[in-house]
Amino acid sequence: MTNKTEAQDIVLRLNGITKTFGDLIANDAISFDLRRGEVIALLGENGAGKTTLMNILFGHYTADAGTIEAFGTALPAGATGAALKAGLGMVHQHFALVNNLTVQDNIVLGTAPLWSLGIGRKAARTRIKQLSDDFGLSVDPNAKVGSLSVGERQRVEILKALYRDARILILDEPTAVLTPQESDALFDTLQKAVQLGLSVIFISHKLHEVMAISDRVIVLRHGKIVGQASTSDTSAHDLAELMVGQEIVKPVPSDASPGETLFSMHGVFAHPKGQRTGVRNINLDLRAGQILGLAGVSGNGQGVLADLLSGQTVPDRGDMRLGGQGVSSWSPRAALAADIGRIPEDRHTTGSIAEFSLTENVILERYRDPEISKAGWMRWSAAESLAKDVIDRFDVRCPGPDARIRLLSGGNMQKLILGRALEGGPRIILANQPVRGLDIGAVTYVQNRLIAARDAGAAILLISEDLDEILSLADVIRVMSDGRLSPEFARGSITPIELGKWMAGEGFDHAA
Amino acid sequence: MDIVDILLSASFWAAAVRIASPLIFATMGELICERAGILNLGIEGIMVIGAFAGWMTVYMGFGLWSGVCVAMASGMLFGLLHGTLTVPFGLSQHVVGLGITLLATSSAYYIYRLALPAVSSPPRIVPFKPFEIPVLSQIPIFGQAIFNQTPLTYLAFGVVVITAFVLYRTPLGLALRSAGDNPAAVEAQGLSVTALRMGAVIVGSGLMAVGGAFLTMSAFDSFFFEMVNGRGWICIALVVFGAWRPGKALLGALLFAAFDALQIRLQQTELGALVPYQVFLMIPYVLSILALILMSRRAEVPAALMIPYNRGER
Repeated sequence: MTNKTEAQDIVLRLNGITKTFGDLIANDAISFDLRRGEVIALLGENGAGKTTLMNILFGHYTADAGTIEAFGTALPAGATGAALKAGLGMVHQHFALVNNLTVQDNIVLGTAPLWSLGIGRKAARTRIKQLSDDFGLSVDPNAKVGSLSVGERQRVEILKALYRDARILILDEPTAVLTPQESDALFDTLQKAVQLGLSVIFISHKLHEVMAISDRVIVLRHGKIVGQASTSDTSAHDLAELMVGQEIVKPVPSDASPGETLFSMHGVFAHPKGQRTGVRNINLDLRAGQILGLAGVSGNGQGVLADLLSGQTVPDRGDMRLGGQGVSSWSPRAALAADIGRIPEDRHTTGSIAEFSLTENVILERYRDPEISKAGWMRWSAAESLAKDVIDRFDVRCPGPDARIRLLSGGNMQKLILGRALEGGPRIILANQPVRGLDIGAVTYVQNRLIAARDAGAAILLISEDLDEILSLADVIRVMSDGRLSPEFARGSITPIELGKWMAGEGFDHAA
Repeated sequence: MDIVDILLSASFWAAAVRIASPLIFATMGELICERAGILNLGIEGIMVIGAFAGWMTVYMGFGLWSGVCVAMASGMLFGLLHGTLTVPFGLSQHVVGLGITLLATSSAYYIYRLALPAVSSPPRIVPFKPFEIPVLSQIPIFGQAIFNQTPLTYLAFGVVVITAFVLYRTPLGLALRSAGDNPAAVEAQGLSVTALRMGAVIVGSGLMAVGGAFLTMSAFDSFFFEMVNGRGWICIALVVFGAWRPGKALLGALLFAAFDALQIRLQQTELGALVPYQVFLMIPYVLSILALILMSRRAEVPAALMIPYNRGER
């Protein structure tokens, strides 16, 4: 952003930070300096060690070796309080907020001595107001955090750090949950912070953001620093290769040739108990040989829509059709019988059973098939050969079909679930966040498999929070916001900014 | 109209406040524990040990207030044990709580037998006397009910005010409530979840024991086996009934006590001659269940209640 000179003072110095978990080296002798008014981007894939490093910085973990200096004085290991006192402020990826408390109470939590009488709410309110204005962080101090949007919660987290006079802001994957507009607002805030002399460490794996806001980039891979550069001297492509350690070939789907409609919804309303948002007046067509990409900030009804397709919930109103015929009794089993393959949103909770073997997990959805069980008896040899087949065809790296699934890495677990969904050649595929949390190699693999399934004639509903994924894979794009569905946009006919407007709920009133 | 006569009599309301007093102490104790995220099922046993320790201290020749202090200390000791097992060790709060109840109850009976091997009926002490507050006690009906009670009853009301003040008006209370809702947020602010939760369990258990001591030192003048008789479990329900708020929990305790006072009096009416007395004994419990169903449906349960917090785990 501005020119930096060497003479500028160093506010934070990491020296030889090393941390191991069992055999895994999460951080390997990491050293770098952060200067006043500088934005460093810490770039790396999932599992590269970024979050571990930040947890060490904040005393949540204790490093095996290495030292941290803030403003010239050493930070004691494992002391969160000392890190905060030294002027470090952390915006966690999973917000550390108390939902039942107001914004203001969340901000002042832990700032006054515990044994003082009274909270001093008035003075706190003035101060919060001031900070909100200075940094462009508007949020109602009296609102309960539980009622705020994700973007607003992030503002509360930043205000929390600023309220404690943080001089170094650390943001862990801050844009993962934001719309493009909210991300822009965040970047404005960070600009203001830097102008006021704060320093920022920005953790991300999104290259274009890193290019846009950082002064310097540090790339981590397998716990090591594999490169660093001034942002102006490098390019997104170079950084990507450095991050992955190999050349990247992004999947590029050919143009689709959509066929008949295999599944459709007409005026469907559903609001299952316990869900914050239901879906309203959904009209949807899934066509053979086409990927329908569903964008939107999570929690806007995508989960309900996915559950409708997979039979986990039924419409309150409206009708659903399978290949032109009305669906009468709908359930997960009926959905499976209708050849709907599903990749659930969370591979740990709804996708697999951690303590079950790979074989058992592979047959979870079809243990009643005659080749797997007969007259109430399991045919384990058939089950195992099915599992072996999935493991081979979908490149699952594992000790064998008898291993428990929790021992697999996220990528391999997802490949197994993908294989389970795809091995029978389903006509309809529900892919809900299929690549979340995977490294680039696994992402490419999963995406290529989905494209191949599409080319083989499957109708695919791809739900993702990652706009880049939607824009590159989907043949047609729709946006979900507050339970409503936008019109269809063909690939290439809509920009991320326009999608962002739909994600924020603009446009629905005119289009209704 | 018997029931109208009962409701208009000062002695009925005085009895209600008296019956409520031990419940108020113990309910506040449980509420503090639960607000910090710890369900304390040791409450029943801690009330027994408090009832015994307070009474025993006075029987041995010490003053009444010394008895209250010793009762509180005995409760805090069991609170320390409960807290150690459930907070740093993160054991099941149900199992630990029931274990504490069994241990505290049997310890009280055991020490009683060791100290008094030969007695058939338990010895008496001179309990707290009612202290009439001038002027205020002259208010019709409620004056006598509220302002002519023993000092321990006044203390119970004081504890409610202090609990509410600390929870909602001090940084400590803010941190405590946060520990029960999202302990990770507390840790991220450099505060110790372990210290907060341990502190809450210890102080809360101390209050439960004082609630027990009220029975032997104010309501009655002696220690009997089975005298706590499920009051601890009632208090756990009262915390839910009060939606984890001190003021509402106080109302709940008074309401329950009023039903209890009412059923005793109903037994002596003409109706009491027709209906078996067990039916009257049921009234407070049946009404509590109904009130619980109606009142607690929208309550905001502390989100991290019963969930152990392990530092550094995600």
